[in-house]
Amino acid sequence: MAERKVTVEAEVGLHARPAATFVQAAAKADIDVTVARQGGQPVNAKSILMVMGLDVRQGETIVIRAEGDGAEELLDELAAIASAP
Amino acid sequence: MIVAGVGVSPGIGHGPVYVLTASVPEPPEGATYVGEAEEEKARAHAALEKVAADLEARGVRAGGEAKDVLAAQALMARDPGLAVGVDALIDRGTAAERAVYDSFGTYRDLLTSAGGYLGERAADLDDIRDRTVAVLTGRTMPGVPDVAAEPYVLVARDLAPADTALLSKDVVAAFVTEEGGPTSHTAILARAMGVPAVVAARGATGLTPGVRVLVDGAAGTVTVEPGEREVAAARRRSEAREQALRAATGPGGTSDGHAVPLLVNLGGPGEVKAALANGAEGVGLYRTEFLFLDRKQPPTGAEQETAYRAVLEAFPGGKVVVRTLDAGADKPLAFLPAQGEEPNPALGERGLRMFRVHPEVMAEQLDALARAAEGLPARLQVMAPMVATVEEATWFTEACRARGLTSAGVMIEVPAAALRAGDLAAAVDFFSIGTNDLAQYTFAADRQVGALSALQDAWQPALLDLIALAVGEHGRPCGVCGEAAADPVLACVLVGLGVATLSMSAPSLPAVRAGLAGHTLAQCRAAAEAARAQSTAAGARAAARAALPRLAALGL
Repeated sequence: MAERKVTVEAEVGLHARPAATFVQAAAKADIDVTVARQGGQPVNAKSILMVMGLDVRQGETIVIRAEGDGAEELLDELAAIASAP
Repeated sequence: MIVAGVGVSPGIGHGPVYVLTASVPEPPEGATYVGEAEEEKARAHAALEKVAADLEARGVRAGGEAKDVLAAQALMARDPGLAVGVDALIDRGTAAERAVYDSFGTYRDLLTSAGGYLGERAADLDDIRDRTVAVLTGRTMPGVPDVAAEPYVLVARDLAPADTALLSKDVVAAFVTEEGGPTSHTAILARAMGVPAVVAARGATGLTPGVRVLVDGAAGTVTVEPGEREVAAARRRSEAREQALRAATGPGGTSDGHAVPLLVNLGGPGEVKAALANGAEGVGLYRTEFLFLDRKQPPTGAEQETAYRAVLEAFPGGKVVVRTLDAGADKPLAFLPAQGEEPNPALGERGLRMFRVHPEVMAEQLDALARAAEGLPARLQVMAPMVATVEEATWFTEACRARGLTSAGVMIEVPAAALRAGDLAAAVDFFSIGTNDLAQYTFAADRQVGALSALQDAWQPALLDLIALAVGEHGRPCGVCGEAAADPVLACVLVGLGVATLSMSAPSLPAVRAGLAGHTLAQCRAAAEAARAQSTAAGARAAARAALPRLAALGL
């Protein structure tokens, strides 16, 4: 299981456009990928409703996990989206 | 008749009312289907996909901000978690339309329980749900006319981006909704379109279709059947106001050069951008509750430090006043169980009183603040809420100084603190008056009780007297943060009373700046005296206005 810890830098947090971009990128992948607040329950990163429901704000840290073919590349891409200001 | 709400997009709109009635009925509970489960699922998925594609297409036609908003909504219709929920319900025999309705309901509850920004997204979800149910039950969604002989005032319980995206200024004179807040899509898109909007206008959908109304998107009012003169006057006022606001730039102060730094109230780092756009010179109240509420574990020192530094970095030359945690009683924290039942939460263990019980929480917060300010040019000031006595103030400022926090102050929210500001002054570096709580405790009127709002009027002469006492002659600077500072008329009066800085929500800054710049310090003092000479709130307001001659010309 590969994982990345990222601090969300977007002013709106992981909502609105950053959330949509994040979920769209996750949904393209064939493997399962989850996102969680640090220490929290992981949710399906391909679900915009679950990702919004995490209510991640600017400056908060999330943990993204994936397993399988292309997991590292996918996590790099998602980490870049989540940490973009 | 006037319907009052919250103005979220300024300007004047005048036209006939068009009431949009949501008319997709809830599918009956327990509805079942005949045929195969797989076919029913396919029907549900096809409906969701149709709605998603339609939302996307509208977004592409509308372009701009609406495109992003609608693309995100299309993602919601295509949500894999939602589809799993729908399938599970269909497997248990539920008809597709009810399965869709219930699955959306699960997520709706999740968003509304979070409140705030997320709570306002619940309306978006309802719209997608209704559109899908309409497809499944063969109904057409109620639409909004996108051509009109005369621009109309669109009135609805709430508006979805799909409704408003294809509208323009040529078709809509104003938006009025019963629900929604400043961050609802109605507000965002109305501002982007330059159309006046009033939200949270209770009773608006009861307006007779076709009746002419005058909407003031700055004041938040909807006047039914206004006279011609009234409309013309409102337009003139609105234009004068816009002009005055555009013309007023730079640091706050009176026309004769008495500086009054205009600061912003912040609820989190996300609000910094709007503050800077409106010319905030610093932060007069940084509420820190957002870090603590709705959490099972307290935030770590490092997490706090990041949130504090984000704001300090945004105001390199200015001051940033951080208020320590103001929780307890009506805002309980999951990780700090209440000491016991409190019959009057507003009079209970809140603010600094809670720190007396849990000093470790204060220690962690002050440590994080001290670390956040290290090496930054911003002037960090720290203040405690709900301070009533000199002993409390001393306890807090000593804790601050022990950590190298050089400017420690207290809020004046309790009448006792206002009455004895002279004694408190020896223990602190500065004061900040919280007018909302000061009014609550002065008039023994709960802020949460709408029926008592007249007693929450900051123009009450008794409140003005207490503010004058708090400002006093003790030599410590005293600011005001609270609704009172956001009223351009009252702001002049506060400056006349000797208040050093004014702190308010970002959108209020330009009007206050313009009002102050239109008057001399002597005029502000005269207005303060005139207001305090009155015996009623209405009298005080009228007397102050009469003493501030430029306000009317500025449209304020």
